[in-house]
Amino acid sequence: MRKAGIFLSVWLGLTVLLVSGCSDDAQQEIQEVNLYSARIESLIKPLLDEFTEETGIKVNLVTGNADELLQRLQNEGRNTPADILLTTDAGRLHRAMEVDLVQPVQSDILMQRIPASYRHPDGYWFGLSLRARPIMYVKDRVDPAELSTYEALVEPRWNNRICVRSSSNVYNQSMVASMIVANGEAATEEWAKGLVANFARSPQGGDRDQISAAAAGQCDIVIANTYYLAGMLTSNDANEREAAEKIGVFWPNQADRGVHINVSGAAVIKDAKNQQNAIKLIEFLSSDTSQKWYAETNGEYPVRADIEKGELLEQWGDFLADPLDMDKLGEFNADALRLMDRAGWQ
Amino acid sequence: MSLINQFRPYPLFILVLAIVLSMPVVVVLAHVFVPSGDIWQHLSSTVLPDYIRNSLLLMLGVAIGTLLIGVTTAWLTTMCQFPGRSVFEWALLLPMAMPAYIIAYTYTGMLDISGPVQMALRDWFGWQYGDYWFPQIRSLNGAVVMLTLVLYPYVYLLSRAAFLSQSICVLDVSRTLGNGPWKTFWRVALPLARPAIIAGLSLALMETLADYGTVQFFGVSTFTTGIFRTWFGMGSAAAAAQLAAGLMVFVFALIILERYSRRKARYHHTSRRHQDLRRFQLTGGRAALAFLFCLVILSLGFLLPALQLLSWTVHVADTVIDAQFLRLLMNSLSLAAFAAVLALILAIVMAYAQRLYPGKLVSGAVRVAGMGYAVPGAVIAVGVMIPFAWFDNTVDDLARSHFDYSTGLLLSGTLVAVTFAYLTRFLAVSLQTVDSGLTRITHSMDEAGRSFGFRPLQILRQIHIPMLSASLMTALLLVFVDVLKELPATLILRPFNFNTLAVKAYELASDERLAEAAPAALAIVIAGIIPVILLSKTITRSRKLKLAIDEN
Repeated sequence: MRKAGIFLSVWLGLTVLLVSGCSDDAQQEIQEVNLYSARIESLIKPLLDEFTEETGIKVNLVTGNADELLQRLQNEGRNTPADILLTTDAGRLHRAMEVDLVQPVQSDILMQRIPASYRHPDGYWFGLSLRARPIMYVKDRVDPAELSTYEALVEPRWNNRICVRSSSNVYNQSMVASMIVANGEAATEEWAKGLVANFARSPQGGDRDQISAAAAGQCDIVIANTYYLAGMLTSNDANEREAAEKIGVFWPNQADRGVHINVSGAAVIKDAKNQQNAIKLIEFLSSDTSQKWYAETNGEYPVRADIEKGELLEQWGDFLADPLDMDKLGEFNADALRLMDRAGWQ
Repeated sequence: MSLINQFRPYPLFILVLAIVLSMPVVVVLAHVFVPSGDIWQHLSSTVLPDYIRNSLLLMLGVAIGTLLIGVTTAWLTTMCQFPGRSVFEWALLLPMAMPAYIIAYTYTGMLDISGPVQMALRDWFGWQYGDYWFPQIRSLNGAVVMLTLVLYPYVYLLSRAAFLSQSICVLDVSRTLGNGPWKTFWRVALPLARPAIIAGLSLALMETLADYGTVQFFGVSTFTTGIFRTWFGMGSAAAAAQLAAGLMVFVFALIILERYSRRKARYHHTSRRHQDLRRFQLTGGRAALAFLFCLVILSLGFLLPALQLLSWTVHVADTVIDAQFLRLLMNSLSLAAFAAVLALILAIVMAYAQRLYPGKLVSGAVRVAGMGYAVPGAVIAVGVMIPFAWFDNTVDDLARSHFDYSTGLLLSGTLVAVTFAYLTRFLAVSLQTVDSGLTRITHSMDEAGRSFGFRPLQILRQIHIPMLSASLMTALLLVFVDVLKELPATLILRPFNFNTLAVKAYELASDERLAEAAPAALAIVIAGIIPVILLSKTITRSRKLKLAIDEN
């Protein structure tokens, strides 16, 4: 036992020496910021490179599934190397706040640039881009006058005509959560059952697959995020472009609460070691160049109203967005999933 | 053997090793005892019956498929002579280099309603959707086909090795007794090869249970997809762990099946006279049939999807392939090689413990150490994360309180954690292979060695390693290819700025950019081909080597 104790102290001592020896030099030379990102590498790296070029701050990146990144942060605790968590939906930002992983940030730039509804009032997280999930329709088979709200998709006339992806997907979970907030749980469950009854096929594939299936004639109505359609319209593949041309975008619920939207956003980790650099990076991600980049490269809506949407997004016009408190999406996520289980939404 | 024996240093070491390696699985399963509220009730009244039904059907389908294809092709290429045989012999292993989720993406791209095949059909015949019947690729049946196509090589590989190592005398005796090829196959070769076939099958089925990418993409609800929904969507780690425990019941059933099939008899070949196999000469229609069968399997499992990936790659090559791509390749290869060597060493150490100290304790420990194979990689990853972070934080707390210095995270977020996850997940592969090779060495050979005064290590070096070389090489290469394809654990445990081919391919494919994902996917396949070909050569060569040894 004593031997083990001696061994442990020697080993610890050596580690400490080694680590302190290394980091003393390192800290002075390299300015860096560490990022856990649920946004995939190719949809964030170009901006990060630009940030490094502008500021000289090196950005270290791990990408991954948002839930798993959260799990990793929780386990790493106060020793986590991460400074920023970047997610592609508000629900996970809310969850990160709930489990006390992130800290409030004071930044006049962020407060001033980002509209209040797309950031946490106390600065726990900031939205960086908007992702609208409207109804899409096949132009030559559906008259948009027939469409009105998400709720109306349960009408018998849409029987066997709707394609939506699986309920395992967080965008569907958020959408249903927003409906629970608007209409209550019982009414939403009825709605989900009605929607499932109108499915043209059992849910499969991603949003692009739903759009392709509609273009090919398997269904007439799709619920999907607009940037997938944008991606298809600008694809290298002529077939994809041709399919996407057949699809129109309809903004539902414009007479009441508005279309369901989600935000991608960032939060500073509670134990961030490079807090100032982290704030600088988030500010950079809300700058004119970055906001335009989201719109032009990935077809997402800028979170700032003063940024032009670009030609691609302009064609679908303006819309009224559901002003719901984004935190609610996270709050009602589990309820939404259970509800979809009960409704038989695979 | 007495219980005392089990407490010698070596078996004790195995015990400790097994405990360490099974830690991730145990950590996850320990959540079973955390109350999960009413979620369980919710699950069982809604989706659980589907999970069970789909998982069972998936396993049943893959079992039938891999057995039919694997055993048939193994028998044809080992025992029959027909045109193209010597090429098929190795080429039939190629689908192994194809990750299941990639073949699923690829076939979906081709056969889906908006894919080129159905589009061409509609164009040629002027059909609309609904005018014609076309198999639904994204379905349970589709998942069975995809998994069968990439998993049959496990059965093929192990049953071929078994057929090859069967003493020619046994088959000759069968022939002198007037049995034709069919009877020899059914009455002699197949029963003799059964342990190997079942070992291959259980590997294939464990991969099936652990598969997440394919079933998730096809929208088939199984235990694995359920675990993720429950864990992350409903935020209940406890209920997810309870589902994982349900999954483990299937795994134990498989392990028991495998042991049971072996327990009945120990198949040792009594003769040391091996000769080159005299293959059954197939002619005319039969030869054509054998050729066509092998060709169809090879095309579906490898040629077609590889060509599709290649054509996508050509489209996007200039934008995707750069210096960074080369680094991905190096990362993938070196990580896979390192993990494979480590897994092999551990497998040898464990397999021998089992042989030298037969008894419940050791064999139980070895079984426990191999449990991780059927657990989805992401579950393993979380199981690795928890104890590693606990260790790091404890050391850090100690250092802070004693030396007023923070050590930070020592293991979490390093390649140590990634490698450890690989070992937990893939040790079963090398263990099964080494073990099934070891059962072919008779105990009387050990005794002969001992009567020469050999010590255990000498027996190992002088007798076993030469005889085992094929199995060792197989174990090494199987793990190499598996790690190369591994995704979820790498994704979540890796350090900053560290990417692999699988991560790259997955990221793009999951964002529904199939074409852009193609170069990385193709690189995985190509990097996997080389070891797969080596694998086939080793098995054939080892037989020749064995002949040479026997003659001396």
